[in-house]
Amino acid sequence: MNVQAKPVAAPAAVSTPGQGAKRPVPVIPQDSRLRKIAAEVLPPLLILAVLLAVWEFAGRQPGATLPAPSQVWTQSYDLIVNPFYDNGGLDKGLFWHLSASLTRVFMGFSIAAVVGIATGLLIGTSTFAMRGLDPIFQVLRTIPPLAWLPLSLAAFREAQPSAIFVIFITSVWPIIINTSVGVRNVPQDYRNVAAVIRLRGPAYFLKVVLPAAAPYIFTGLRIGIGLSWLAIIAAEMLIGGVGIGFFVWDAWNSSNLTDIIVALVYVGLVGFALDRLVALVGRLVTRGTMAN
Amino acid sequence: MPAFLDISRLTIAFPRSPVPVLSDVELAIEKGEFVAVIGHSGCGKSTMLNVVAGLLEPTLGGVVLDGREISGPGPDRAVVFQNHSLLPWLTCYENIKLAVDQTLRGSMSRKERHEWILHNLALVRMTHAKDKRPHEISGGMKQRIGIGRALAMKPKVLLMDEPFGALDALTRAHLQDQVMQIHAELGMTTMMITHDVDEAVLLSDRIVMLTNGPNAHVGEILHVDLPRPRDRLALANDPRFINARAAVLEFLHARHANPALEAA
Repeated sequence: MNVQAKPVAAPAAVSTPGQGAKRPVPVIPQDSRLRKIAAEVLPPLLILAVLLAVWEFAGRQPGATLPAPSQVWTQSYDLIVNPFYDNGGLDKGLFWHLSASLTRVFMGFSIAAVVGIATGLLIGTSTFAMRGLDPIFQVLRTIPPLAWLPLSLAAFREAQPSAIFVIFITSVWPIIINTSVGVRNVPQDYRNVAAVIRLRGPAYFLKVVLPAAAPYIFTGLRIGIGLSWLAIIAAEMLIGGVGIGFFVWDAWNSSNLTDIIVALVYVGLVGFALDRLVALVGRLVTRGTMAN
Repeated sequence: MPAFLDISRLTIAFPRSPVPVLSDVELAIEKGEFVAVIGHSGCGKSTMLNVVAGLLEPTLGGVVLDGREISGPGPDRAVVFQNHSLLPWLTCYENIKLAVDQTLRGSMSRKERHEWILHNLALVRMTHAKDKRPHEISGGMKQRIGIGRALAMKPKVLLMDEPFGALDALTRAHLQDQVMQIHAELGMTTMMITHDVDEAVLLSDRIVMLTNGPNAHVGEILHVDLPRPRDRLALANDPRFINARAAVLEFLHARHANPALEAA
C-alpha cells in the first residue's frame, strides 16, 4: 500500500518481526479430499438405503397393493437397462419418451421466456402497462395448467401445439412477475450513476436495468421451468402420443405398476436436472450481480 | 462576475412538509477551491449536494456553474457517492469505462479513452485491480474506484457525499491523503459533504457549517489557511489546525448542538 507518511522519529525499541530471518510457516493439516466427498455423498446414500429397505419390507407384506423395489427391478429390467430401444409406434425406450417431453417443454418454455421477459420489462418500466395488465395477470396466473388444455385443443385442433401452449401459459407468469419486480427494484444508486453520466433510453436499459434485473429474471425462469415440467406430465396423459406423461398413463392402463415407478424416478431426475441447469446458466450470466 | 459555482437563495422543501429542509442557502465556490460542508445528521447537507448534482430539483433559488444555471444531472458535476455505487456486474475498468464512454465519446478516440481510463486507475492507485469486480475488493478500494470514475468524467466540479463515511479510520486517513494528493495535482473544484471535523479541517480551504434542520442555512464559513501540502502528523500539534478544529467543534456542539441528542 502507498502510505505517504513522512519519516517520524521512530520510537526507540520497536521490534520488527518477520523482517529478518524468515518465520517458519506453520503447517496446517488439511482434511483429505476423499473425506470431504464421502461426507457429502454418504448421508443421502444411507438414507436412500433405509427408505428402500422400508419400502421393500412394506411391499412384501401380504395384501400389498404396490410392488417392492426388488419386483420393480425384475419386472421392469428391460426398461431400466435399455432406455434406447425403439420397436416402432409407441413402444419405445424411456429415453425417447423423455426427449419428446423435453422437446415440448423446451419449445413452450422458450416462447414463455421471450414473451415473459419482454412483458415483464414493459410492466416494470411503464406504470400504465402495470396498472392495466397486472390485475388481469394476477387472475390468469391462478388458473391451473390443465384447465387451459380443452381451450387450446379447441383453438389449435392438434395435440402438439396444444401441449406447447399449456407449457407456455404455465411458465410465463412467474417469468413476467419476477422480471417486472426486478426492473422496479433497480437500486436508486444505479439510477443516480446513470443520471450523472446521462445514460438514457435503450443504452440505460441494456447496460443498467437488464443486468440489475438479471437475478430476478433467472429466479422467474427457474420457477417457470419447474412448473413446465409439472404441467407437461399431466398434459401428455390427456393428449397421448410419445411422451413420458403418456407412457405413465399407458402403463397404468396395462397395469404395469413397476414401469410407472421407473418412469417416475426418471421424471424426478430430469426435473431436478432442469432446475439445476437453469440455476447454473443464471449463475454464469449474472456473475457478480448477486454477490455484492 | 459570479463565482465559479454559485448557490443562491437555495430553498428545498419536500412535499407534505410545512417547513423547508434548507432555506436561503448562499454559497459561492471559486475555481479550484476545496469546500467541505459540515453539519449534524438530518440538517440537509446531502440534500444540498443532490441539488447541485441535479438529482433533486430546488424549490426556490438555484445553482449556477461556470456561468450556466444547472438543470438536471450531468457529467460536469461528477458525484462520488457514499456507498461507492459501482455496478457490481462490471469490473473496475468497465465501471470507469462506462462513464468515460458515455461522457467523452465525442472528444476522444477509442484508444485515447482506453489510455484515459488506465490513467485514472493509476491516479487512484488501482491499476492492479482493474479486472476485479467490486465484490472482490475492499470498501476503501471500491471508494477509490468511485473517485477515479468521477474524476475520469473531467467534471467542472467534483461532488463528494460523505465519501469516507463507511470506511474504517485507518482506510479513511489513507484515502484522505490520496484525495489531497490528487487535489494538489489536478486542482479540481470540490464540494465535500462530511460529518468528520478532522477530515473537514485537513482537506478543505473553507468549511461551510450548516445550522440544524429543518430550515437549515449556512451558519458560518471558516477559512482554513493551513499551507499545502498538508501532513496529518505535522498538523496534529499545529495551533492553527487545533484552532480551526476547535472553532468547528464549538459551532457544532456549543451553539448548534444536535437537537435530537439534546432532547435525550
